[in-house]
Order: sequence, then C-alpha cells, then structure tokens
Amino acid sequence: MRWTENTHKNSGCPILAASLFLPLGWDSTNSPHVLGSLILTSIVSSLKRLTPLLASILLLALTIPAFAQAPPATANRFVVVLDAAHGGDDSGGTLKDPSGVANPEKAITVALSVRLRSLLAARGISVVTTRESDSAVDDDRRAEIANHAKAQACLSLHATQSGSGIHIFASSLPPAQPASIVPWKTAQAAWVTRSLALAGDLNSALLHAGMTVTLGRTALSSIDSMSCPAVAIEIAPEIPSGHSEPVSPSDSGYQTRVAQALAAAILEWRSNASRTEVANP
Amino acid sequence: MIPRYQTILFFILLAASIVMGTVLWQLRARAHQRLLAGMDTTPTQAPLVAPPEQATLYFDNDADSTLMTEVLSLPLPPSPNARARALLGKLLDLYTLPNATHPVPGGAASVTQVFLLPATGDDSASTAPAAEAKTSDFGPQLAVVNLTGAFAAGHPSGLETETLTVLSICATLHANLPRITQVRFLVDGQPRATLAGHADLTRTYLTADAVPTEGIHP
Repeated sequence: MRWTENTHKNSGCPILAASLFLPLGWDSTNSPHVLGSLILTSIVSSLKRLTPLLASILLLALTIPAFAQAPPATANRFVVVLDAAHGGDDSGGTLKDPSGVANPEKAITVALSVRLRSLLAARGISVVTTRESDSAVDDDRRAEIANHAKAQACLSLHATQSGSGIHIFASSLPPAQPASIVPWKTAQAAWVTRSLALAGDLNSALLHAGMTVTLGRTALSSIDSMSCPAVAIEIAPEIPSGHSEPVSPSDSGYQTRVAQALAAAILEWRSNASRTEVANP
Repeated sequence: MIPRYQTILFFILLAASIVMGTVLWQLRARAHQRLLAGMDTTPTQAPLVAPPEQATLYFDNDADSTLMTEVLSLPLPPSPNARARALLGKLLDLYTLPNATHPVPGGAASVTQVFLLPATGDDSASTAPAAEAKTSDFGPQLAVVNLTGAFAAGHPSGLETETLTVLSICATLHANLPRITQVRFLVDGQPRATLAGHADLTRTYLTADAVPTEGIHP
C-alpha cells in the first residue's frame, strides 16, 4: 500500500481513504484511477463544511464503482500464443536438408517460434510460448497455456518433409455456440469460425509474400482444446520457380521469410478490432 | 539305510510310470493318425470367385493436397466387413506403387480388420433417426479400422500427409459402403493418440466431412 503524501499532501484525509484501495506496488502517479480520485478529492475539498468522516464515506462510495467497472487487464492486451510442436522425447518427423543432414521437427518448430516471437515482440505484441527449449510439453498443457493467456491468436507450428509450401489448418470440429460449460476436447468448436478467419488472414499474407499455401482442416488435439482463434501452420519444403532444388524448412532464410509473413498477418489480425474481442468467440 | 522293500517299491513304480507313458504316447500317435485318416481333403467344390464390381477409391495427391478418385473393377467379397477390408487393402496398395502420389509403406497388409457397428450419437442423426438406426439393418454404421503398428510407424510424419491418409480411408469407405457414416481407428487393436505424431486417432471421424464434392483440400 503506497500513500504518496508529497503528491497529494493538500488532499488531507480523503486521499488517505482513496489510497486504501490501491494494491501493493501500485504506481499511483501514472494511474488513471488516481486521477479520478484527485477529481473526487477536489469535490470533497469543496465540502469542507462536512466533517472529515463524512467526506471519507462519500469518497468511498464514489470510488468503489469506479474500481468495479475497471476493465480486466487482459482485455486491452493483444496476446499471441506460439506453440512449437513436439519437444523432449517427441522429436516429431525427421526432415532432411539438401546436404542430407537430418533435422528433427522439434528443432525446426522451436527455431521458427523464436524468430516469430522476436518479430512480434518488436511490433509491441505480447507473446506467450509453450516452449523455448527442447522440453516435453503434452497437448493438454499446450492448450492450458493458450487458454490461460486468453490469447487473440494461437499458432501451432509444425514442419514436414511431405508436400510443398505452407499448410494452414483449422480445427475440423463443427462450429458450435459458446456455452457456459465447455468440453475440454472440443473447446475449439466455439472458436472455429474465428479460427477460419485467422487462417484467411494468414493465407493472404503468405500469398502476398510469394509462397505456396494450402488451406485445410484437421483433427489436432492441441488446438481442439484451445479456446481462442487457433490454427496449425506446417512448413513444407519450398520449391522455388526456376530452381530444381527445394528449400528445406530448416533453412534459416526460409524460416525468416515465413516468420515475417506470419508477423504481418498477425498485425493485420490485430488491426481488426471487431475480431479480437476475447469475450465473443 | 533304506529298507529293501522301499527300494523294490520305488523301482516298481518307476517301471510302471515308464510303461504308462509309453502307452499314452502310442495312443496319442494312433489317435492322430485316425484323425488324419478321417479328413477328406479332396476338393469337391470349386472356390468362389466374386464377380468384379465397380469400386471408387479416394487416393491422396501430395502435390496439390487433394483427394482424387479412381474407379476400379475389383472382385469384392459379399460380406460388408470383408468388403471394407478389401477396399482399404487396395487403396493402401496404391500408396506403395513406385509412382504413388502419396507414398506410404505397408500396403494391404496394413489393415488387419474392419468392424462395422451400428452408429450411435448425435453425429448419425443427420442421416437417420438414432432409435431407428439401432434396430434397423439399414441404419448408419460405424466402421472401426484396425491398422497395424508397422503401418503407423512407417507412415510419413506431417499434419497434411496424415490428414490426407485418414480422409482417404473415410471417403473410400463411405463411397462404397454408404451406410458407413463414422470411422474410428485402432492400431494393433488398441487406441492410439496419433497416426504418426499429428492426426488425432482418438476421435470419431464423420465420413460426410471427408467425402469431397470436387477435388478439395482436406
């Protein structure tokens, strides 16, 4: 509890009453709630005829609704969850680069996750990652992290040797109406429509970056349990025009281009405020 | 010191045991010969060869991530379970060809059994009333496909390739056995979390979601 006596020394007793509502560590000099309190104290100061006790009671009654209507901290934050698939004992698939070196999928996904996290953080977007090292994280834990973050976009990152280009998948669960009690394994059903919209934005950005994109729907347990707009992004070898040699997903330049396109798509997704309301799946 | 009568008794019992064992061995051999003699292995009925039928297979194309159809003329058994297994065997055989568009090792031996059960739950309500389905021979069915562990272990890892394999199996079953509306998967008779690390095998797949209207993506 902090009482900034020097700043509000003219306020007298009422500001002491207001400061009782401030939590530990609250920086009252930058808080809009304290500015509101200052206005209230000016009102109170005009009521000097009243006893200090009555003034405190009045301030108390006016301050409680102001705090009760304060929006939750997460409502104004734009959070993106990056889920690097596999890890630990689960290596995922094995991808060979043109030189014949085999790379586990888990290493490629975490490398892409780190690149994308840096790009998003540089653009002022809060990023939550499910793992940043070679650690085992099960699917339920991944969904728990995403759901706890109340993210506006969840990207599950994968890599494969099969096919070409970028594969974007939304959950194949049928869309459902939001309910008060959500089954864990089908939590994504209420968000499928928005997940498809997110997939559309990602598709546009990747196409704009000159990449081949495949859109689809799949049954993936990690995103099926996420209560946020969630898509799985799978990077396959890139076959550039005019070159017979495919570019492996382990190529750092390829990963950087993909990460830049995904970051641009996330910015586009954030710019549409109507689609980023957490409360309305 | 062992008494003399106990020594004699021991040898008598030992000899009796050997004699009885010998007699039993000979009786077993005679019984086996009588059994073989009683079996008539002479072929008296020509084996049935099912007439060829038109079968539609949905196979994957990794190049453009689509399901494509191929109509083949196949001899299919009359039993729905055996028919479903034969269809999937042929489908997976296509994936083992050298120029396969969706190379997956294993072939027909990868499908151990296909069980057909009455479909239950809300998912089948779109095609027939659930109560009627349980009692009718014409209601929707759930196909339980039992794959081998070797097939799952050898399947290429990836979201797209695994999804395409699952969808091609579902679409092929529904195209040839329209009563199949749901498909579940087992591997070596046991539930398995994923096919090769990605596609969820614990859920029930609806064939309506798998059958493409025109070369669509998964």
